[in-house]
Amino acid sequence: MFLEFERELAELRDKIEQLEKIYKFGNREVRGDLIELKKKFREKSEKLYKKLSPWERVQLARHPKRPHTVDFIKLIFKNFIELHGDRRFGDDKAVVGGFAYFRGKPVAVIGHEKGRTTKEKMERNFGMPHPEGYRKAIRIMKLAEKFKMPLITFIDTPGAYPGIGAEERGQSEAIAESISTMASLKVPTVAVVIGEGGSGGALAFGVADRILMMENAIYSVISPEGCAAILWGDQSKVKEASKALKLTSQDLLEMGVVDYVVKEPYGASHWNYKNSARILSCYINACLKELCSIPCDQLLRERVKKFEKMGVFSVLT
Amino acid sequence: MGIFDKFLKKKEKRKENLWTKCPECKTILYIPELLMNLKVCPRCDYHFPMNISERVESLLDENSYDKLFENILPEDPLEFKDKKSYKERLKEAKEKSGSTEAISIYKGSIQGREVIMALMDFEFIGGSMGSVVGERFYRACQLASEEGTPLIAVTASGGARMQEGILSLMQMAKTTMGVNILKSKEIPYITVLTNPTMGGVSASFAFLGDIIIAEPKALIGFAGPRVIEQTIKQSLPEGFQRSEFLLEKGMIDMVVHRKDLRNTLKNLLDLTFYGERCYEDRSPC
Repeated sequence: MFLEFERELAELRDKIEQLEKIYKFGNREVRGDLIELKKKFREKSEKLYKKLSPWERVQLARHPKRPHTVDFIKLIFKNFIELHGDRRFGDDKAVVGGFAYFRGKPVAVIGHEKGRTTKEKMERNFGMPHPEGYRKAIRIMKLAEKFKMPLITFIDTPGAYPGIGAEERGQSEAIAESISTMASLKVPTVAVVIGEGGSGGALAFGVADRILMMENAIYSVISPEGCAAILWGDQSKVKEASKALKLTSQDLLEMGVVDYVVKEPYGASHWNYKNSARILSCYINACLKELCSIPCDQLLRERVKKFEKMGVFSVLT
Repeated sequence: MGIFDKFLKKKEKRKENLWTKCPECKTILYIPELLMNLKVCPRCDYHFPMNISERVESLLDENSYDKLFENILPEDPLEFKDKKSYKERLKEAKEKSGSTEAISIYKGSIQGREVIMALMDFEFIGGSMGSVVGERFYRACQLASEEGTPLIAVTASGGARMQEGILSLMQMAKTTMGVNILKSKEIPYITVLTNPTMGGVSASFAFLGDIIIAEPKALIGFAGPRVIEQTIKQSLPEGFQRSEFLLEKGMIDMVVHRKDLRNTLKNLLDLTFYGERCYEDRSPC
């Protein structure tokens, strides 16, 4: 399960794993080769991932091996207790949420979860929430506010699910309400785009005091496929659309939509979950440290100001 | 082409300007009469799309209104170009619709009751929401809250404006924050969803109304019907995502015929805001 442009790296990784086994079994002679290979891997990967095109970046954000919300929850938090259900209709497994400890302090965590195995992907609907997913999230947000826990959200979704049931149960209203709740939540909030930030379904968890974005994540108003189909009238124009939409972490940083881009080890986080989580954890910690010292009314004012500023227009005088 | 042919063609063209066909019941309609009837087909009640000035004239008191924030105008932050450049599309939209952007803000009155209105124009790039729609709407909310005037939004939009990329998406957050100001001040915010109200507009300020009204048979939803059909690989039931369907599912408060809209709004303004209260206690409970 590797992308076409990663083939060389995957082969190197194979060799490293084999040598590591041999080394573990007591053959110390391979040590030099192993170090050499690891160095080569690091150099190659860092170079490779630096020069990707926007479309390749999109593929990387959707990489089957990329760490998901549940992976980060496991690696960054302790004693995670998952909460279920929206108390209105059902429990949407495309959204994971609950309470946990972050560096010894209680926090609330919410995120999209795509699922790893085929079975899990089906159960989790490939990370595309229904309204009940957003309503479960809103419940958890309000609990976070009530119990004075900062909220951390992980964004990783192709988008909110376009289906009959979703529309019947008010997908629009659920997303709007989630945005509204986050906008006025009286605790510090940090959002992290870890993979795919797909449109309104992503923004529903994205209205935070600090917005982080993983180096290879994407965040866009519409999928490149959708954009190509509508504006080019040709779904195969994804490369052009990916470029035009300006959806990479660097683009968003330059536009001031995200606060920090989180570096990924070896150029892409799927090669090393642990290090990736460690780096992300440091960023979250730094954000929370800063935010937790700000009084609530100022926090809310600044959050509004942050989004007030987003947008480019001219004012004729 | 002979002179006679040319004459016939000219005549036809003139004829077209006076007559139109109802897309629903296919009746041929005389346009001046259709306009008198608020652009509603007298035969089947099909609601033709209204442009901004028609909408304003049908809802606000004559000579009562001013247009606001027209000096806020679009830019091209991404230098976006697909088959056409965004700049070109903006220019064409302006010519086609006669509007400067997909939303216009008015201050006026409905039978003497002061309101601020946000009216969307579907003719302007499908009523899509970019930075200007976000900013004008947000300022309308600020003004409504400062002056203590109810806000009414009449929506018509295909969703977010792709050509402004992520900045368009962020307008969902910005407009929602605008609505939050009104909610915190307990000022009524009423939305009227017209055909179509989809995507980013639907999933932000359209569905946050204290009271949500829809025009008959308007297409309203998050995802477009074509996208849904492609995803689930089956055809959609009759009337799906139409106003009456949403009413049945509990997603909106009422479906109101265009001829009754002005009166309904007046009544709601009185009930929620302008009518004398019998319980005024504002001390914290």
